[in-house]
Amino acid sequence: MPFPDSALSDSQRSDRPPSSIAGIMHANLPGGVVMIREFRGDLSITVKRETWAAAAVLLRDHLDCDFKLFLDLCAVDRQGRVDRSERFEIVLHLYSVSTKRHIRVTTPLPESDPRLDTLTKVFKGANWFEREAYDLFGIVFRGHPNLKRILTHESFVGHPMRKDYPTARRHAPGKCAERVLDVPQDSQGMVVNLGPSHPSMHGTFRVQLLLDGETIVDAAPDLGYMHRNFEKMAEARTYWQIIPYTDRLNYCSPFMNGHGWALAVEKLLGIKAPPRAEAVRVVLSELSRVMDHIVCIGANVVDLGAITPFFVTFRAREAIYDVLEACCGARLTVSYVRIGGLAQDVPEDFDALCRKAISAAREVIDQADRLLTRNVIFVRRMREVGVLSADDALSYGWTGPCLRGSGVAYDVRKNHPYSGYEQYDFDVPTGAVGDSFDRYLVRMEEMRQSLRIVEQALASLPGGPVIVDDKRVALPPKSAVFENIEALMNHFKLVFEGILPPAGEIYGYTEAANGELGYFVVSDGRKCPWRVKVRPPCFNLYQAYPRLIKGGMIADAIAIIGGLNVIAGELDR
Amino acid sequence: MTALTWPQELAIRSALALTVVAFLLGLFSVMTYIERRLLAFMQFRLGPNRTGPLGLFQPVADGIKLFFKEEFVPQAANRWAFIAAPAVAITTALMAVAVIPYGGAVTMPRFDLLPEWLRGRPIPLQIAHLDVGVLYLFAVSTLGVYGIVLAGWSANNKWSLIGALRSSAQMFSYELALGLSWVGPILLAESLRIEDIVACQAGGIHRWNAIIQLPAFMIYLFAATAEVGRLPFDLPEAEAELVAGFHTEYASMKFALLQMAEYVNMITVSVLATDFFLGGWHAPLVSLQSAAGVNLGLLWFGGKTGALLFLFIWLRGTLPRLRYDQLMRFGWKVLVPAAVMHILGTAAVILWLTR
Repeated sequence: MPFPDSALSDSQRSDRPPSSIAGIMHANLPGGVVMIREFRGDLSITVKRETWAAAAVLLRDHLDCDFKLFLDLCAVDRQGRVDRSERFEIVLHLYSVSTKRHIRVTTPLPESDPRLDTLTKVFKGANWFEREAYDLFGIVFRGHPNLKRILTHESFVGHPMRKDYPTARRHAPGKCAERVLDVPQDSQGMVVNLGPSHPSMHGTFRVQLLLDGETIVDAAPDLGYMHRNFEKMAEARTYWQIIPYTDRLNYCSPFMNGHGWALAVEKLLGIKAPPRAEAVRVVLSELSRVMDHIVCIGANVVDLGAITPFFVTFRAREAIYDVLEACCGARLTVSYVRIGGLAQDVPEDFDALCRKAISAAREVIDQADRLLTRNVIFVRRMREVGVLSADDALSYGWTGPCLRGSGVAYDVRKNHPYSGYEQYDFDVPTGAVGDSFDRYLVRMEEMRQSLRIVEQALASLPGGPVIVDDKRVALPPKSAVFENIEALMNHFKLVFEGILPPAGEIYGYTEAANGELGYFVVSDGRKCPWRVKVRPPCFNLYQAYPRLIKGGMIADAIAIIGGLNVIAGELDR
Repeated sequence: MTALTWPQELAIRSALALTVVAFLLGLFSVMTYIERRLLAFMQFRLGPNRTGPLGLFQPVADGIKLFFKEEFVPQAANRWAFIAAPAVAITTALMAVAVIPYGGAVTMPRFDLLPEWLRGRPIPLQIAHLDVGVLYLFAVSTLGVYGIVLAGWSANNKWSLIGALRSSAQMFSYELALGLSWVGPILLAESLRIEDIVACQAGGIHRWNAIIQLPAFMIYLFAATAEVGRLPFDLPEAEAELVAGFHTEYASMKFALLQMAEYVNMITVSVLATDFFLGGWHAPLVSLQSAAGVNLGLLWFGGKTGALLFLFIWLRGTLPRLRYDQLMRFGWKVLVPAAVMHILGTAAVILWLTR
């Protein structure tokens, strides 16, 4: 039995009809709109490539649209597909904080002329995303200030995400330019490389700095050291085989990535996980969020020279790892979610373990609070450092604690509750200035709120199954497989043929520890996704980094990077 | 007692110098162990506890390891300066200890093994009695920066260079406040001899300069922490910013010497604080000065110095580090004016009292 094509009633669906946006688009861009569709509650508008930039400006500036938050821009290669006339498609995702709506804008591009106007002047965050589309697909963005490869090596030949790229081809990396930075001829400054192996670049990043004394005149980041092209691998895996790969995205809070992926696929399938699975997912996600914030704050403080808070906070991380280990046997690479639920039910002492983790977390949060929040040196190092205004944060596509630090109260859990977040009572803290200290305070408060959510979820943990009772999605229980032929056949069919979703494309999004973690999934109805695009929150965060550190000192650069919590696994994918 | 001839004097001084240096270097290795253990306990860890009982042989293991490491000089480094720098650092660090008194006089026992002239002779625990002891200290500790600057510059590494620049700026700025904080005790003792300054504080805790010269003591503590480059003023080697600062390129014994210089400096400033502000070897109450007829001066001296060393470790376990401009601002706009005001105040009070 195929999955239904129309969207189920979806909590993520906006209550305002999409026709108003369609009307605005038609009225302001006569002849520019090719098609408007809605699938699973996702509004998708296809425009002509000539009106691409104009459409983006219109959506950003029109008062009834107000799509100010730049989420994602990516390309899709439709080679060999009959449902599209052109080979490439550029996909832009935007969000409006005021009207709480997502929108997808697409435009087709012919293989013979894959060129498009740049959006770098419309959204600051578009810069790196366009470089990525150029790098992986060979799309040329006209007017882009710095259209170079970003994730692959400079000497890479070809565009790996194109469907006709020979994946068996191997490259010996050639020489690359010593300078990432444009240094003026008459400059007296010193060029230094902060990274790729530097004590405070957690992960492997490199930022080239032009210094005047200790002051940073210019900065240019270089990334891709950890690039393994998760998205290309995902195209050759079935939907559940992708789950282990998601653990390696943000490896500080691995469970949340799998949670997001499961929700995205469930959205594509039009199914919902049973309430017990959703509640356990919430518990583990919120504990993971605490863990992630602990790593972020701890590492940030170590970079400032105080090592003790790091060890203090990490004790709670151990308790949380114990919970994960009890559930699935792994501490870091958990792979605990399944499409439609969880791999297995939680152990009997789940409640006790969680409560132990909660009390450990409460204790260390309070201790860290006492060590840091009113520590004069710490406050002076963090305050007024790395300030980003709310408008700029939206334009860069910041989400999560960093966006809230800049004063925008956008939290997916509140704005578009998923997994039953609407049942829980919690607050969304926001900052006032948008400096490193605000980001620190927001993270501290979010940890407390997360613990509140965990307590509520534990108190009302429903019984019942932990995976959906749907033969098209969930494997039958092992005992049944051994005993009856129907279950055996079912198992065989699922393992060999995989989950077969309807053709279509969805954008699934959750509030991961660093911000909105989005999965844009294109399905052609077969067992492997046609295209998966991860919207890693720290790609946008890190993009603003050069701007945040220019004019500051080396020490500020270190104080800021820790507060952004850039995770290489997620940044480079 | 008869006056000593010059060979006898030389023999006593040489023996003292050897003892002090050997003791300091021993204390250095013990300090590395104590620091690691204490920091570990502050951070819910165990620290080194595998080598020997309680890990006590860890410094020995470290020493052996450093000895047998490859003597590595980067290709682009200025070879001679690179090798000379640790020597300069440790030499200047050890020079300072010559004029510091470590306790009162110790009376030599009347053993038959000792030569006639030594039996029963009180020997002050101080290598050189200089009339300008304080000025000498000031001069020598300023020389210490040469070792660091040379190390940072000769390695031909950009991070080392930044570390060296930071360190020279930091040491010169805080040297000033450090020196100024000594002026109050000097005025009170009316002498530049350190032993006089200690003697002036005899008679109980209320006579200690840490009490009557409290602002000067605070200034000294800040400046001394900066001078030896410990947290929160460890900017020259801020490992999160400058990889390891001036000693990024150093390994094996050259690294050990730089490290040793740093620890000797830390011990020196603690000893000086004891002498200048904490009454040296005098007990806080006169009645506690001796027990069962034995003078406990050395014990008091060691205890005070140890407490100060613990303070340095404690600070490291607690505080983040300052930013470069904040450090400079604090040094020049807070410490130096405060020290000057304090000197004026002290002088005025002394004038008024002795009028």
